[in-house]
Amino acid sequence: MEPQEQQEQFIFDFHKEIPEIIRGSSDELKLKLGEFAGPLDLLLYLIKQEQANIFDIPIAKITDEYVKYIRLMKSLDIAVAADFVVMAATLIEIKSRMLLPRDPAAAANEEEFDDPRKELVDQLLEYEKFKSAAQMLYERSTVEQAVFKRGTIESDDHNAEISATVFDLLTVFQKIVVRHKEEVTLEIEREEVSLADMIKALRKRIFAELELNLLTFFEEIHTRRELVTAFIAVLEIVRTDEVKLVQKVTFGDIFLKKVEAGSN
Amino acid sequence: MSEIDTEEITTELSGETSSEAPARSAAIVMAIAEAIIFVSDEPITSKALGEIMGEDKQTVQAAVEELQKEYEDRNGGLQIREIAGGWQLATRTEYHEEIRKFLKTRPSAKLSLAALETLSVIAYKQPVTVPEILEIRGVQSASAIKTLLEKRLIVTKGHKETVGRPMQYGTSKDFLIQFGLNDLSDLPSIEDFEDLTITALDQQQ
Repeated sequence: MEPQEQQEQFIFDFHKEIPEIIRGSSDELKLKLGEFAGPLDLLLYLIKQEQANIFDIPIAKITDEYVKYIRLMKSLDIAVAADFVVMAATLIEIKSRMLLPRDPAAAANEEEFDDPRKELVDQLLEYEKFKSAAQMLYERSTVEQAVFKRGTIESDDHNAEISATVFDLLTVFQKIVVRHKEEVTLEIEREEVSLADMIKALRKRIFAELELNLLTFFEEIHTRRELVTAFIAVLEIVRTDEVKLVQKVTFGDIFLKKVEAGSN
Repeated sequence: MSEIDTEEITTELSGETSSEAPARSAAIVMAIAEAIIFVSDEPITSKALGEIMGEDKQTVQAAVEELQKEYEDRNGGLQIREIAGGWQLATRTEYHEEIRKFLKTRPSAKLSLAALETLSVIAYKQPVTVPEILEIRGVQSASAIKTLLEKRLIVTKGHKETVGRPMQYGTSKDFLIQFGLNDLSDLPSIEDFEDLTITALDQQQ
């Protein structure tokens, strides 16, 4: 396969995901597969379809097309995201402002005329940059998927350090909260532990033990209130970079580990 | 040989660090680096290679660059790539069809258009909050953010010290690896996309 051909194929794939509005005989519209990524995406599409100049959008025409599209989505029982409706309202507002006669005094000076479309145009131009960047990312990941790395060697299991994310942490926390629900406890007196005290105690323990199993730490705590404080304390202590979260095996236990000076 | 042995013993006796070990020839440094890059599961940095070999970073960097060139010149099935700040041994893109046939795999699921857009905003604007992403995309990105977090392409980057302390997001090391980037500066500047947009518009007019 020639490189040129391959390149085109990647781009084609990206566009395949993009929906298309097919114009029927009369005013009827047909929708082909997929969804627009958002109201700005739809708007850009309509402007391109009309071959309109983005700096001089025929707002009445585009608004009509836009509203037609939303009606079509509704008639097809596609949930119309609130953001699409908000954009319709914005378009209609701009359209009505354009219909108002200009202030004769202001109209004398064309430069100072405040185009109601300006904000929308700026937004569209900004959005389009990121849309192009998204296409670039898509192409990069497609190329990347054509590159293969060596598979995992058996011994990797005991030396691979996977940094756990807040996401993993929340999963652990949820597990423990569920476990707590199952235990019937009688809370007689409420012992308040402040966040500062909890952080202090946690830091002391990690520095003494160098490594602390998060599950063990959470399990030692008995009240939900304290558990929440403990969880925030863990987040806080990790955020300050004194301590890192380490997960030795995928889906394994998460450990809190002291960050040694010098290492990142 | 015997000379080197004696030197090694003296080094041990005097308790000096391994960085004082006898200088290896450039070819040996290249060979060891190649071997370690081969067994490494993740891209390995010149610094890490240097620490293992007791060579300084510059020596290793030069050696791996030379190695990379050798692979290129050989025009074989493998390449040495600089990814996420480290070195990686990988196959060449040209042979992906045959490799897939052998592995019996299909390309993994693609990210949705919404997820790709959200990722591009996060990549260029990081650290960035959900409202800031909404402003650019004009649409809620909650589910896209969830997908990106699950795929570990983005990570949370603390709270922004503003009203409501919204969470900030940034790209992860996995992002660099999956998109074949050495670091974020490898991404084309977002202003280049602006130029494209304007050029396209000028042609239209």
